[in-house]
Amino acid sequence: MRPNSSTPSLARLTAIVIGLVLSLSVSFANAQANPQGNPQALPEIQRLMKQGQMPQALEKVDIYISTKPKDAQGRFLKGLILTEVGRPADAIAVFTKLTEDFPELPEPYNNLAVLYAQQKQYDKARTALEMAIRTHPSYSIAHENLGDVYAKLASQAYDKALQLDSSNAATQTKLSMIKELISTSTKPGAKAGAAATKPEAEMVKTAAAEPPKTKPVATPVAPPAKPVEKAPEPVKTPAVKPVAEKPPVTPTPVAASGEADIVSKALQGWASAWSNKDVKAYLAYYASDFQTPNGMARKSWEAERTQRIDKPGKLQVSVDDIKVSIAGDKATVRFRQHYTSATLKTSASKTVVFVKSGGRWLIQQERVG
Amino acid sequence: MRRVALAGLTLTLLAVGAAGTAVVAGSNNRSSIPVTFSDSGPEPQLSRILVEIEKNRLDTALAQTEALLTQYPNFRLAHLIKGDLLLARSTQLSTFGNAANAPQEKLTDLRDEVIARLKAYRNREATAKYIPRYLLQMQPGQKHAIVIDTQKSRLYLYQNDNGRPRFVADYYISQGKLGADKTREGDKKTPIGVYHVTSSLPPQQLGPLYGTGAFPINYPNEWDKRQGRNGYGIWLHGTPSDTFSRPPKASDGCVVLSNVDLDALAKNLQIGLTPVIISNSVEWLSFDDWQNERSALNKKIDEWRSDWESKDVDRYLKNYSKKFQTKDHSLEQFAQQKRHVNAGKEWIKVKLSNVSMFRNPGNEELVVVTFEQDYQSNNLNNQMKKRQYWIREDGNWKIVFEGAA
Repeated sequence: MRPNSSTPSLARLTAIVIGLVLSLSVSFANAQANPQGNPQALPEIQRLMKQGQMPQALEKVDIYISTKPKDAQGRFLKGLILTEVGRPADAIAVFTKLTEDFPELPEPYNNLAVLYAQQKQYDKARTALEMAIRTHPSYSIAHENLGDVYAKLASQAYDKALQLDSSNAATQTKLSMIKELISTSTKPGAKAGAAATKPEAEMVKTAAAEPPKTKPVATPVAPPAKPVEKAPEPVKTPAVKPVAEKPPVTPTPVAASGEADIVSKALQGWASAWSNKDVKAYLAYYASDFQTPNGMARKSWEAERTQRIDKPGKLQVSVDDIKVSIAGDKATVRFRQHYTSATLKTSASKTVVFVKSGGRWLIQQERVG
Repeated sequence: MRRVALAGLTLTLLAVGAAGTAVVAGSNNRSSIPVTFSDSGPEPQLSRILVEIEKNRLDTALAQTEALLTQYPNFRLAHLIKGDLLLARSTQLSTFGNAANAPQEKLTDLRDEVIARLKAYRNREATAKYIPRYLLQMQPGQKHAIVIDTQKSRLYLYQNDNGRPRFVADYYISQGKLGADKTREGDKKTPIGVYHVTSSLPPQQLGPLYGTGAFPINYPNEWDKRQGRNGYGIWLHGTPSDTFSRPPKASDGCVVLSNVDLDALAKNLQIGLTPVIISNSVEWLSFDDWQNERSALNKKIDEWRSDWESKDVDRYLKNYSKKFQTKDHSLEQFAQQKRHVNAGKEWIKVKLSNVSMFRNPGNEELVVVTFEQDYQSNNLNNQMKKRQYWIREDGNWKIVFEGAA
């Protein structure tokens, strides 16, 4: 309705590189999955990007993706490169596909939102950011970006309310593009885990023509110890109240040491059902009152897990370093989970709370950290 | 950060609550209300949205505002609320309508509109319990009557239920930029008085400003002209397509409705017949008081009729005010003519039918009476539609004007 102002693209790209991600605990095990793959390909592409050699980076990433079409990291970098070379429509396509294939990753949603915001499609930007936050409630960059998008939407609404002639052309949004895929994991519960061992975030200015921001972008992802369930839920109040705040206080009684073995076996059975892609057996390890991520409906959660686990390709889940503490009918198990799939290899600390139900130990809570 | 109270919105809400008596919030009390209200407009949703805001459930409020906008995409007021609700997610709000650099008068217009709409919605029970004083008697052919309250920005539609007005629906309206009580051409005011719809203008004949149609009314009427009021072209009409509604004070004197409301109203309008009574502030009567006023006046009109049949001119003239005037004659001339005519009468029979009586809003006690008159006498028969203005003078109802209608 109002004449389109000819202001330059409102959303400025703030180039933020959040530390280097490919730490020991998360590695994209190209070599293992694909002997021909070059394990140095991704760092090389990132180096080219930092040097602003986008055409070369694009060429390399295309080769990389041709050998590993499902690899999230490679496709993510391609989306960034396409953004940098001014092909927003192609970049949107890449990030959109990533959100479809890896709905648990917040970064593609965030970057999709930045691209939409540049095109003044603030409603789409809002939806994407809300999705990023739904999968990752304490994702501070997405929160900041969402704040900016809300403000833009607000001023659009005011324009319509008051028939203003874009009085807000001066205000600029400061949406931040995520430059690194950090939370790579195929498990919703493992989202925050990857950040656990990350070095302190650092700010690096790259090609985007923008003076360096002083805005501290300290911890773009959740502090690792924070259970996902406890993070503020912006979309709706969780149906299930977190019980996670009170870990069992009683030390494991001596008599229960046999019981601890049983719990430990249950955990290993769970990991092996997962590993074997035995979805039915896997889901049977969860108690009827299992606290689903973000309080989502049990049915949707099961559907999501089934779809995720049942994907073709190799899958290996193992657990070690298991520590069990039992209090009555409740057992809290801390352990390390090693996850390897065709596209991804992670190790992360996890906590699972079992409850005893009908003689069986079933999972009531599952979280990273 | 998201739990920011919308101070301005809440203030507005409180102001509305304080101004109105018997505040009905939400739909809690609806079950106890015996009549059907016109809850098809945006007021119930607006009211619910503000209740949500008051309870700090901003997400629900935003979802409801967006639903409202799906229904009414050009509802500027809802866009303003949406803007506030979105902005509340990223920053602290100071008032209702936080658009930076916005012209103050536009914000004021929208604030006035939300207050007008909510007040009307929260006090809607009055329309069921009481009767507008003006609707003393509808004649059987008049299926509906319209009463407008300019201060409240509200139009009330009544149905003729064997002479008793029954509330049907009410709608938000806009009046003249400079308010009501029109006296001069171009004064940008809406007239106050008893009018009727004179024609229907289809949208094809109209500019875009008038929306889906227009219904001219007979301003200036006989009484207006006698008071020296002038101007013309006062219509009930719709809204341009780029907006759902206009501010409470927006027109050059016309009464403006939303297109959807005008279309609904149009179905009930009878050209030349449907009364349109415009008031600054509608007076409401209980059924008993209304009944008393109505029968007292009916009695007076029948006395006038039988006095006429009595051929006693002095007795007949007692029904007329000292200030009486027809279009062409003073009281003296009128009296003279009556005496002259009556000299030749052996008998007179007067029958009245389809009598309507509408009290004129305002300080004067004035009632507009319209009827069909069947006059028969030994030397002349005549049938006509007549209109009289009755005025209360020293405690008695007197005719102050009469003429063919």
